[in-house]
Amino acid sequence: MLTLQSYLSLAAIIFAIGIIGIVINRKNIIIVMMCTELLLISVNFNFIAFSYFNQDIAGQIFVFFILTVAAAEAAIGLAILVALYRNKNSIDVQELKTLRN
Amino acid sequence: MLFNLSLMALIIPLIAGVLAGFFGKTIGKTFTNGVTILGVLISLLISIYLLVSILANPKLVFNQNVYTWLSIGSYKLSIGLLVDNLTVSMMIVVNFVSLMVHIYTIGYMDKDPGYHRFFCYISLFTFAMLSLVMSNNFLQLFFGWEAVGVMSYLLIGFWYTKESAIKANFKAFIINRIGDMLLILGIALLFSVFGTLDYAHIFNNAESITSNTINLSSSLEISSLTLACLFLFGGAMGKSAQMPLHVWLPDSMEGPTPISALIHAATMVTAGVFMLARMSPLFELSATALSFVLIIGSITAISTGLLGLVQYDIKRVIAYSTLSQLGYMVVAAGVSAYSASLFHLMTHAFFKALLFLAAGSVIVALHHEQDIRKMGGLKSKLPITYATSLIGSLALIGFPGFSGFFSKDALIEAVSHSSAYASDFAYYCVLIGVFITSLYTFRLFFLVFHGHPNNENKNVKEPQLSIIAPLILLAIPSIFIGWPTVGPLVFNDFFANSIVQAASNDIFGYQFTDSYDFLTHSLSGPVVYIAIFGIFISYFLYIAKPEVPERMSKTFNPFYKLLINKYYFDHLYENIFAKLFNNLGNSLWTKGDIKIIDNFIVNGTANRVGQFSNKIREVQSGYIYHYALMMVLGLALFLAWVVFKSLGLVL
Repeated sequence: MLTLQSYLSLAAIIFAIGIIGIVINRKNIIIVMMCTELLLISVNFNFIAFSYFNQDIAGQIFVFFILTVAAAEAAIGLAILVALYRNKNSIDVQELKTLRN
Repeated sequence: MLFNLSLMALIIPLIAGVLAGFFGKTIGKTFTNGVTILGVLISLLISIYLLVSILANPKLVFNQNVYTWLSIGSYKLSIGLLVDNLTVSMMIVVNFVSLMVHIYTIGYMDKDPGYHRFFCYISLFTFAMLSLVMSNNFLQLFFGWEAVGVMSYLLIGFWYTKESAIKANFKAFIINRIGDMLLILGIALLFSVFGTLDYAHIFNNAESITSNTINLSSSLEISSLTLACLFLFGGAMGKSAQMPLHVWLPDSMEGPTPISALIHAATMVTAGVFMLARMSPLFELSATALSFVLIIGSITAISTGLLGLVQYDIKRVIAYSTLSQLGYMVVAAGVSAYSASLFHLMTHAFFKALLFLAAGSVIVALHHEQDIRKMGGLKSKLPITYATSLIGSLALIGFPGFSGFFSKDALIEAVSHSSAYASDFAYYCVLIGVFITSLYTFRLFFLVFHGHPNNENKNVKEPQLSIIAPLILLAIPSIFIGWPTVGPLVFNDFFANSIVQAASNDIFGYQFTDSYDFLTHSLSGPVVYIAIFGIFISYFLYIAKPEVPERMSKTFNPFYKLLINKYYFDHLYENIFAKLFNNLGNSLWTKGDIKIIDNFIVNGTANRVGQFSNKIREVQSGYIYHYALMMVLGLALFLAWVVFKSLGLVL
């Protein structure tokens, strides 16, 4: 029998993978975006789990919204990435430090 | 009617001065001197009209506020005019001498680039002096007091490229500051006691506070009235150059000669004496203050006269003479003979202005030579200057019949009758002073006009008319003003509505009936003979046997050195006070300002901020993953706080 705790643990693990992916990744900005998706997925996971166990449909509806927004956001993110690549000829994370100073 | 007229008399010189100052340069010299002379002339005519009206009907004397300058709570500071006999006589003296000096200046400053500035200043000075004498409260008195000080400062340093002039005006300003500080302390004390600055209120209620005392320390208690009088007199000591605050006046001779005549002989320096007379209702209640006034006056009268004997600058000799005569006036105030003091002020204004202007005429004729050793034998070359100088000198020493005779004799008469503390000392001081006065006056006179002619001065001739005319116009009152005015001014109660004299101090009023009576009385006294004796001694020393003074200066060398160094007052002030304050200023500058304020507080703050931001900016690496990590860590901390808080482990 799967308990709420199992779902939450899985979500936490995915979340942690997402964060670690963002933090230790030094090379590819696409991985950063993928990790962001992972974070959102883990949050969605939590929503669905709570929704199921609490018998409340609102959580699942929320997930739809998040997925929609995430899709749009991914599209925008990729578009920025393409523009960035055209400008800089690179998608290396370590090169992107124009915020410095 | 009279009120509006007096207001006009006050304001017109101000307007004229401003016009001359702003537009003189663009419009031209004729406009400048025309507008200022017209202003002073109108003011003078109004003053004479005021005098005539007041003499005809003494009830016309008024004390009226013009407007309220500001109000603090229930107390109002007003600007007002008090026109009584004292004010009117001062107005006439100021305006008359000012008019003469205005005319004189046309010739004296003719080729000076600062022509317009000069007229602007002297007109503004006239305004300031009038507002001083016409005020009906201490605030306005203080305004006038400071304003004449400022004009004096500007005029001493009129030739501002000359270093000695700048030093002199600086000195005059600083020394006057000391007096002004005392004056303002006195005013503040009166305000704290009476709660008002209005003359009328203070004078009417002065008697009610005679028992009021102030604790200077736990054991020393002093009457607040005495203290206030001493403070006020401190102000007078600064402005009227009494010992030991006299050092600025001889140096002020760096200014142009018309200024020396107007400000540093006839009018401004007599402001202190005028104030003593105006404050007579207060001073009469304090015998201590009066005695202090008397002692300071006598010391000044005798010691500064001696200094005139060793000076070689023509203007400085007259300057020391002014100091000495100011001492006489203060002495008279000290024995409560305010009317004699004012009378001497008045005659002195005429003949001292005359002497200064005559000296200026000599200076112009000799192309700005001021050393009397290079003069001599000018009698035939400058006949008018010679004659007017002689009149001025005779008036100054008090030769019978001249104006100075009446004023000085009346003054000395008053001192001799006084029974105040130290009045005997004062009497001998002024008697010896008479001898010294005639000695230095005729030393100057003989050395300049008689004696061996200097070969360089062969082509000397009288300066132009505008220089000569004021000399003649001033010579007339120098001779004649004494005879008709001594009776009403000194022996009758012309000043009764302005001056209060305690009954016990009333020295005149019962002895003399008219000027003739006074003349015959004086001829039986010693003063006149001492003065005439002084002339002979001076003739003997400087014409008949010119080598005698030389030998005397060698025989009495220490005394001569003391005189030539002006009693070492300048050394004292320079080496002690000036050095002290210089060092204080220097250490405040280097330590206080540069080290503490600039380096520690101002730059220090900036440096610390810079250092801190240098450290903190390293956090901004620019790498996205660093920011992401920070966000996550922050989130984790925040969550941890929420969790622990819900568990009750943290606040």
